[in-house]
Amino acid sequence: MWEYSDKVKELFFEPKNAKAVADANGVGDVGSLSCGDALRLTLKVNDETQVIEDAGFQTFGCGSAIASSSALTEIIKGMTVDEALKVTNQDIADYLDGLPPEKMHCSVMGQEALQAAVANYRGEVWKDDHEEGALICKCFAVDAVLIEKTVRANNLHTVEEVSHYTKAGGSCAACHEGIEEIINNVMAEASPVTGGDVAEGFTAEPMPMSLVQRIQTILAVFDEVRPQLKADGGDISLIEVLDEKIFVKLDGACGDCQMASATLGWIQQRLVETLGEFVRLIPVNNAVNKATQTIGRGQ
Amino acid sequence: MCSIPLYFKRQRQPNHRPGAVIMSNNVSQIYPDNIYLDNNATTRVDPEAVAAMLPYFSELFGNASSMHSFASGVGKAIQKGREQVRDLVGAAYETEIIFTSCGTEADSTAIYSALKANPDRNEIITTVVEHPAILAVCDQLEKEGYTIHRLPVDRKGRLDLETYAALLSHRVALVTVMWANNETGTLFPVEQMAKMARAAGVMFHTDAVQAVGKVKIDMKHSAIDMLSLSGHKLHGPKGIGVLYLRRGTRFRPLLRGGHQERGRRSGTENSAAIVGLGKAAELATQYLSCEDTRVRSLRDRLEAGILAAVPHAFVTGDPDNRLPNTANIAFEYVEGEAILMLLNRAGIAASSGSACTSGSLEPSHVMRAMDIPYTAAHGSIRFSLSRENTKQEIDKVIEVMPAIIARLREMSPYWSEGAPVADPEQAFAPVYA
Repeated sequence: MWEYSDKVKELFFEPKNAKAVADANGVGDVGSLSCGDALRLTLKVNDETQVIEDAGFQTFGCGSAIASSSALTEIIKGMTVDEALKVTNQDIADYLDGLPPEKMHCSVMGQEALQAAVANYRGEVWKDDHEEGALICKCFAVDAVLIEKTVRANNLHTVEEVSHYTKAGGSCAACHEGIEEIINNVMAEASPVTGGDVAEGFTAEPMPMSLVQRIQTILAVFDEVRPQLKADGGDISLIEVLDEKIFVKLDGACGDCQMASATLGWIQQRLVETLGEFVRLIPVNNAVNKATQTIGRGQ
Repeated sequence: MCSIPLYFKRQRQPNHRPGAVIMSNNVSQIYPDNIYLDNNATTRVDPEAVAAMLPYFSELFGNASSMHSFASGVGKAIQKGREQVRDLVGAAYETEIIFTSCGTEADSTAIYSALKANPDRNEIITTVVEHPAILAVCDQLEKEGYTIHRLPVDRKGRLDLETYAALLSHRVALVTVMWANNETGTLFPVEQMAKMARAAGVMFHTDAVQAVGKVKIDMKHSAIDMLSLSGHKLHGPKGIGVLYLRRGTRFRPLLRGGHQERGRRSGTENSAAIVGLGKAAELATQYLSCEDTRVRSLRDRLEAGILAAVPHAFVTGDPDNRLPNTANIAFEYVEGEAILMLLNRAGIAASSGSACTSGSLEPSHVMRAMDIPYTAAHGSIRFSLSRENTKQEIDKVIEVMPAIIARLREMSPYWSEGAPVADPEQAFAPVYA
């Protein structure tokens, strides 16, 4: 259940200016049916004074989309066109006494409709440069597109760095896995072994490599990641290599830590990139170590 | 049996004293202006279950494992709860019932157990419309290198069993298919699929969280190896679930560190919740016949009433194989969250598969999997009934629904003078889409 402010509820249940302005001379359409929200803003602008004399909205969307649309019309009525263009999505959110982070895009839609309607009034073509990704960090309302852009532009490698640049992940830690995934994807793209496309990297012919070479490469990757594991009080050692399966032992804090599978996923990603083939990292503990190897050999 | 039972319930008054109980009929009398039609999300804990639980929070607080008189009685109560659940799912042995903290834990336990018990197999077969408790685990396993086969569904949410049969092989560690879909109520042929899996030597798990208590389940005569259920979906408490594990099925625990549940699920037993679930299971067994008669007729009345009064609306899911309590209706050219807010103001509780209710940017994975057009997917509303609903409540919903939908459509740029605009995607021409 969203915790909407009283103002959002008021403007949803009793919206103002829910209409198409009859003699409108500026119309702005944003959104689409597939996106789940769409807004048509109609303006009646006085050509001499440039004052917005009337504004109306027609909105397909959720409660906060309708409230944001209504708030926008209330804000801009009586403004000149130039004044209205200075209205930001934050102004709309403030007028509504705030919106949940997941719903901030509703206020962005309002601002964009306004720009589109003004462009239409002036006979210009409005070009949208708005990109919207899945919301990753809910604490600071940071989406996937922004995180990916930042990771790419600044060559970031850790969640901590991403938090420093974007705030994402800096509070409750729930999104750390999602941020790691973005980092991994960007790193995989940049990897010289797999080339520009991750999928191609997986399906490409495995590089001819002897078992000894493969083991040496695997150990080299372990050496690279070891400092970070040790920093958390853990370690990794190689037990066995069987085709695409790499059996390892996680020691110390890594072995039983909640992040063990994330850690393994991260190391596996590095191995896949370095070896240029798909491998699976399988953790074993001492008790089942022998059994696993026996089963493995029995194949 | 199918008349509304006389329940004990807490009194809601200005000077309400927690724990005070008086006699009443149903949930609508506790919240006289409210109609609860969101029973697939959760159900009201049956007052009889509440009454059964209360002593285990107070005088009977002992740990069932302890060797003193504080523990005596607790172990027996847990045993009774286990038998009540066994009877509800028609299991042969009470040792096949493993209590967990929730349905999600039961699902995770089943998947990870099957993978660890079959280390030479690295494939899982599931469906695209599973609950996130299954899908998210499978997504993670895919990243770790496992192969996940997600069976598609057709426009009515049905699976293609030929595709399924072709995927069964000695590489598959587990098939996990929900018994009933939580959004549409569509029932899957899990019994038949389990037989096919068994013939191919593959383990079969079903997430039956939505089905248990609504359709008859008889594990004694089934090929299903594992089944998950959840207490709070059948008028039991939250925080308790069950993994049914057929005797003889290879198993590896998810949680270790104690001997509870015969070492298959460590952690001190949630005795109060087990007692509550047991009582709820006993009641569900008693009331099972109501689901297919009284509840089904109310659901059918609701669907027929709404579709007759609201144009451009249709029922989603498989009309021939559905839970008797679920109605998922898609309303074209309106958005679900806005409908829910207006319904809520009218005192009606339901839920939606729209993007906005979940905070994601797309409509539910179930709506997308069925290829429900975008014009309708965002406006899908799920009404899920229970044995506590009445005909008066259903008629109230039928009465208020047309005005709610009409009001939102009038506000929409895709709607004009009582009908959708011609070619809505073209008529409304945004700069970006």
